[in-house]
Parts: sequence; structure tokens; C-alpha cells
Amino acid sequence: MIPELGHFLLWLALGVALVLGILPLAGAARSRAAWMALARPAAYLLFVLVALSFACLTASFVRHDFSVLYVASHSNSALPLPYRVAAVWGGHEGSLLLWLLMLCAWMVAVARFSRHLPLPVLARTLAVMGLVGVGFLLFTLTTSNPFERLFPASADGQDLNPLLQDPGMVFHPPLLYMGYVGFSVAFAFAIAALIGGNLDATWARWTRPWTSVAWMFLTLGIALGSWWAYYELGWGGWWFWDPVENASFMPWLTGTALIHSLAVTEKRGSFKSWTALLAILAFSLSLLGTFLVRSGVLSSVHAFATDPRRGLFILAFLTVTVGASLALYAWRAPRVGLGARFALVSRESMLLCNNVLLLAAAGAVLLGTLYPLMLDALALGKISVGPPYFESVFMPLMSLTVFLMGIGPLARWKQAELPDLARRLRWAAGVAIAVALAAGSLAGRVSLVATLGLWMAFWIAASLATDLWETVWPAGGALAELPHRLAQVPRARWGMMLAHLGVAFFCFGVVMVKTYELERDVKMELGDSTTVGGYTFVFKGVREAAGPNYTALQGLIEIRRGDRRLPDMRPEKRVYRVQQNPMTEAAIATGLTRDLYVSLGEPVGGGAWIVRVYVKPFIDWIWGGCLMMALGGLLAASDRRYRARRRSEQVEPAALAPGTSA
Amino acid sequence: MKPRHRRLGIAAGVIATIGAATALVLNAFQSNLVFFYSPSQIAAGQVPAGRTFRVGGLVAVGSVKRDGLAVGFVVTDTATSVPVRYQGVLPDLFKEGKGVVAQGRWRDGMFEASQVLAKHDENYMPPEAAEALRRAAQSRGPAAPFTEPGR
Repeated sequence: MIPELGHFLLWLALGVALVLGILPLAGAARSRAAWMALARPAAYLLFVLVALSFACLTASFVRHDFSVLYVASHSNSALPLPYRVAAVWGGHEGSLLLWLLMLCAWMVAVARFSRHLPLPVLARTLAVMGLVGVGFLLFTLTTSNPFERLFPASADGQDLNPLLQDPGMVFHPPLLYMGYVGFSVAFAFAIAALIGGNLDATWARWTRPWTSVAWMFLTLGIALGSWWAYYELGWGGWWFWDPVENASFMPWLTGTALIHSLAVTEKRGSFKSWTALLAILAFSLSLLGTFLVRSGVLSSVHAFATDPRRGLFILAFLTVTVGASLALYAWRAPRVGLGARFALVSRESMLLCNNVLLLAAAGAVLLGTLYPLMLDALALGKISVGPPYFESVFMPLMSLTVFLMGIGPLARWKQAELPDLARRLRWAAGVAIAVALAAGSLAGRVSLVATLGLWMAFWIAASLATDLWETVWPAGGALAELPHRLAQVPRARWGMMLAHLGVAFFCFGVVMVKTYELERDVKMELGDSTTVGGYTFVFKGVREAAGPNYTALQGLIEIRRGDRRLPDMRPEKRVYRVQQNPMTEAAIATGLTRDLYVSLGEPVGGGAWIVRVYVKPFIDWIWGGCLMMALGGLLAASDRRYRARRRSEQVEPAALAPGTSA
Repeated sequence: MKPRHRRLGIAAGVIATIGAATALVLNAFQSNLVFFYSPSQIAAGQVPAGRTFRVGGLVAVGSVKRDGLAVGFVVTDTATSVPVRYQGVLPDLFKEGKGVVAQGRWRDGMFEASQVLAKHDENYMPPEAAEALRRAAQSRGPAAPFTEPGR
């Protein structure tokens, strides 16, 4: 009964979503307060329905109900409980349901925390999100029903893909989806503002914290995915420019551009229509990303041919969403008007450059991801676009972005002077060069590219220090005022600094790994040893070990550095019982300045194995940097100005009279 | 500076940046495309010399020979076969009789792979490998109907 109940709840949810998507919007157009007031309770109700439906699917997984097709194909009676719960989003249908649940959660958050919003704005925003929900509910119900029964019921399930049986699976998809779906809030605000014709600084202030929080989730989700790939795939990479990764990276790049352009719109009232366009783009790319990953089009474009309904629905949904929002944009945006003027050198122009560069990067990723799919779909041959393409595009684009990142925060709004900027930043640039050279020679080899990369990292850090110094101890300021001035720095500013410092950490980690990483594949017999980067790895043989639903061969590797013995490492080769796939489980010794990474290759007879050994300097700084970026986003979103002064910023409902609305 | 000049300057700057970025992207794109060829195409000499490309098909049964780190195997599309040489660790799902994709160069009658890919699902045939088998089946004509394995 439980699956039927879940299915039924989804149909109810569709009804509620339709009401939510239509009535408040009509109410806002006709100024009917009662219709608009429906938005909030409808959003709550929708959340409850979808959450219960999600709970039904989870219950089917927990109770091993193999009469449900989706459960039978993604779970197994030996699968441990946490992975049974995570298996809910282990496939296409369940991921869609998770997406919906997240959408509803964001709706509830908007309904709950935006009490200060004028009713028409809130009604329109929730209605737009409701319409997105209608699209996803229709998609789920017509083409991807997770509650479909299997007759006769399967005796046992086909198990979750072994690669997904990992704590990463429990956290990575929900975080990523929170980010993806979070951009729907910025999108809905933008659409609501376009309909209402009130695209202004107040709108930017409402949108900003939501966007920062969504961006934070997306950053965490991507970072966690990268870390997971690093330790799970067994060959030590942390980013592969795989289409699945690119699908999440495009919304991130656009979202990053969006948070920066929102800053200009809020502070200076400029870039208004541009910001709205970015909000639409970021969400459209989130949708594209969801579908790219979940439709199976990546493994084969011909998956479309085997189930044309899904493919057609996806294309239609994307076309309607993107087309309708862009049409609305084309119709409304020209009336928005320009904001305050700014000079050729100013913080505005710096942020504009940031936007152009980030979007160029997103465009490059889009090209590299979609072009092979297009060629294949049109039967024009098969090609692949590998990491060399993305790297040769990203190096120059990101170098320029990072360079400007050191200058932008110090440039004044409206008009800045180049000589003045150069004077204020000369120390930062010099110190960064010196430290970069020093770091290179400490690591043992000074190369041009590495020095440039390291300079970037230290340049950001040094310019941040300069910025902070000037703020808390301005020329002629007294030392005694320092604590007071420190306390005066708003949280949004700290957030920006922390996020930028995160980028510095990230760059540092990337450059160190790329330049100074050591890798060796060796054939090892019992007792053989190899020395990489000053660490000696001694192979002590392989023994059998058993897990809950797999058997493993576990290698034992002793590690020495000079005379010092470090903890042993135990890489594994696992075979999961149901799917019978071998899987490499690397052993990693994490450290602040380096990771040791050992994985078992294959046995080559006589007890000898091929063993892969890496020494990866500073690799954890990459994810540490991402964590700092995410925390920075959270800090910025929690700034006081988004919570205080609610009463005073209320827009008079008269400004939204029927004459200006659709 | 007059506001009009200023705006012109900003517009010119934006356009120049976009232009430069586009040129950079397209150039990088052009020089980093990796094309796919089937064993039959290689045998027919359709592969440009000295360029990195991908070959896909099935690992011929009984063809895998390991010598320390070096490994040799044969990739077949059921019509034609090519020998492949590789150094290092093969992916977990590399198996005789299963689909495989290798990236590398053609040298002295042998494919020197710099990368061997096998996907993370036993049922899943790498698209390139499936394509090679399909092409080979097509060229044999309708007399030998062929279904893609693993689907």
C-alpha cells in the first residue's frame, strides 16, 4: 500500500502545485488579495505532500519492498541501512523526487522568511516556483514514476552500484541539489520582478542572501563530489572535466557571476537587467545540468531513442522554461532603465569584467560538453573533448579573473584612479612575487607556470591583507580605534574576504598538486619497497577481508620516512557480491602538506601486484579552499542588513498597481 | 572624459574581451578534439598520422598479455582487430570479451595507448565501443543481424 500512497500523494501535489502556480499569479495581476494569500499555505501544503511521498519511497527502500521496480533495481537485502536511504536518489526517478523535495523546501523557506515582502511579490515568486514544481511533477508522474510496481515481485534487488556505496552518496547529491534548486529562488524573484516591473535595488537585496546560500550549497556539493571522486575512483584525480562534473560547474560559474552582479545592483542600482538575465541563465543551466546527468543522454544519446517520451519531455520543458523567461525578459527588460553611471576604472567595471570572464568560462564548458553530444545525435561522428581543452581555456581566463580579483575589492565605486590603485597594491604584488619564488624553491623546482600560479594565490591573499589593513587602520587612524574598526566591518565584507581567501587556498592547492605531484606504478612482490618523494613504501602482502556485502583483498603497505615509521596503509580490491564488479578502494594518508595515496592495480602472478603510489602535496587545500568559499557565502548571507530594517524597506503596494503588471 | 566616450570605451573593452575569449576557446577546441575510429577504419588507413585519437571495441578473448607494467591486448570490432600496447594499471572493469576504449597514437602497426577507459557498470558498453561494433555489423550487410551486446 505504501507505494500507492506515495504515488497518490504525488498526484495530489500536482493539483496543489497547479493552484499555487496559477491563482496567486492571477491574483497579483488583478489585485485580489485573497488569491495572492493562497500562495503561502499552498507552498506549505505542497511541501508536506511531497515530503510524505518521499517518505513513502524511503520506507519502501528501508523495508526491502522489492515489488517496487525502482527499489528492486537500486537496492539489495544486504545493503546497509544508510545506503538504502541514500539509494532513494541512486537513480533517475528518485533523483527527480529529491529535486522536487528540495524545491518545496526552498519554497517553504521563502514563504517562512520573507514575511517582509510585499504580498504581490511573494505571491508571484512562490507561484513561479510552483510552476517549476508543476513541470517536475508532470515529468515524474508521466515518464519516471518511482513507485511503479514489479509483477511478480523480485526475490532480491540488483543492488546499488558499488561506486555509490559510500558516505559521499549520502551527502553529495542532496547538497548539490540544494544548490541547483536554490537558484530557482533567484530565478523566481527575477521573473516576479520582471512581471511586476519593479526590478530595483530592493529586489536585489531580497535576492542576494538566497542566491548566496544556494551558491554555498552548490560549492559544497561540487567540492564534496570532487573529494569523493578523488578517494573513490582509485586513480587520484580530483577533477576530470567529465560531462557530469561540467553539468554542475556551469551553474556554479554563472551563479558566481550572479552574486557579483547582484552586489552592483544592490549598491549602485546598475546592471539590473543583466542581473535578471544572469538569474534566468543560472537556473536554466541548473535545469540543463539536472537533465544532462539524469536523462542518460550522456552515456548514450541513443538512450533518447529507447525512451523518447523522457527526452521529448525534457526538451519541451527546457524550451518552455527558458523560452518563456527569455521572452518575458525581452519584453520587460528594456523598460527597466539604466542605473547610476560609472567610469572606465571603477569597482563596477571590475565586476563587469568578472562577469564577462566567468560567463566566457561557462560558455567554454558548455561548448565542450554539448558539442560532442550534438555531433553524435546528428550522426556526424564521435569525438571527445578532454581535459587539455578545458585546461588550456581555463588557465588564461582564470588567471585574468584572479588578477582582477586582487584589484576589484580595493577599487572605489563609480570612479577609481589607476595610479592610486597601483600605489596601494605595489607591496601586495611585490610580496606575492617574493613568496611565490620562495615557495617554488622550497618545493624544489622553480618553473614559470608554477610561479605564476603561486603568485596568483599569494596576490589574492596579499591584496586582501592590504584591503583589511586600510579598513581597520586608515592613514592617520589611531591604534586604539583598531578593535572598534574591526567590529565595524560588516559581516558581508568578512564573507567576501573569506571566500576570496578560499580562492587563494584553492589556487595554491591546485598549483602545488599540478606541479609537484609524484606518481609511480610499480610491480611489487612480497617485501619489495619503493621510495617516492622521501617516503618508502614496503609491500607486506595481501590478505582476504570481508565486508557486509562484499569480499575484499586487502593489501598491507608499511610507510617509512627516514627512520620514522608512519601508520600502515591498507588499500583494497573489493568484489561486491551482487553485481560482481571489482572495485579499487585506495588507501589515503591525509596530511596538511601532502597526501599519500596507494591503490592496488592487479595481481601479476606469484603474489606480486601492480601498485600505484602517489605523493600529492597540498591537495587537501583544494577542498579546504572550497569550504572557505562556502563559509564566506554563508557569512555574507547572514549580514545584518538582510535581517534588519525590514519595515522601512517595504515597497508601497501602490507601486505595483495593475497598470504595471502583466 | 565625456560620458559618451566612457560608455564607448566600456563597450569596446567588453567586446574585445569577449572576442579574445572566443578566439581562445575556439582555438583550444580545434586543437584538442579527439576523434574516434573503429579498428576497421584503422585497418583501412583512414587515421591521420601522428594525431591522438580513440579506438573502441571489444577486448579479444585470450589476447591480454602482461609483462610487468607493460600490457598488450587486441581490440576487435568483430570484423577487424588492432593490437594495443599500454603501460600501467588497467581500469577495474577491463575484462576480456568486454567493451573498451583506448586513447593514444598509431605507431609502427600498433596502437600505443596513453589511457584505457572502461566504464563503471558491467552492463554499460562504452558508446564508442558500441559504435565500432555497429559499424562493423553494418558493413557486413543485413545477412548478419547484430544486436549491441549489453543492451
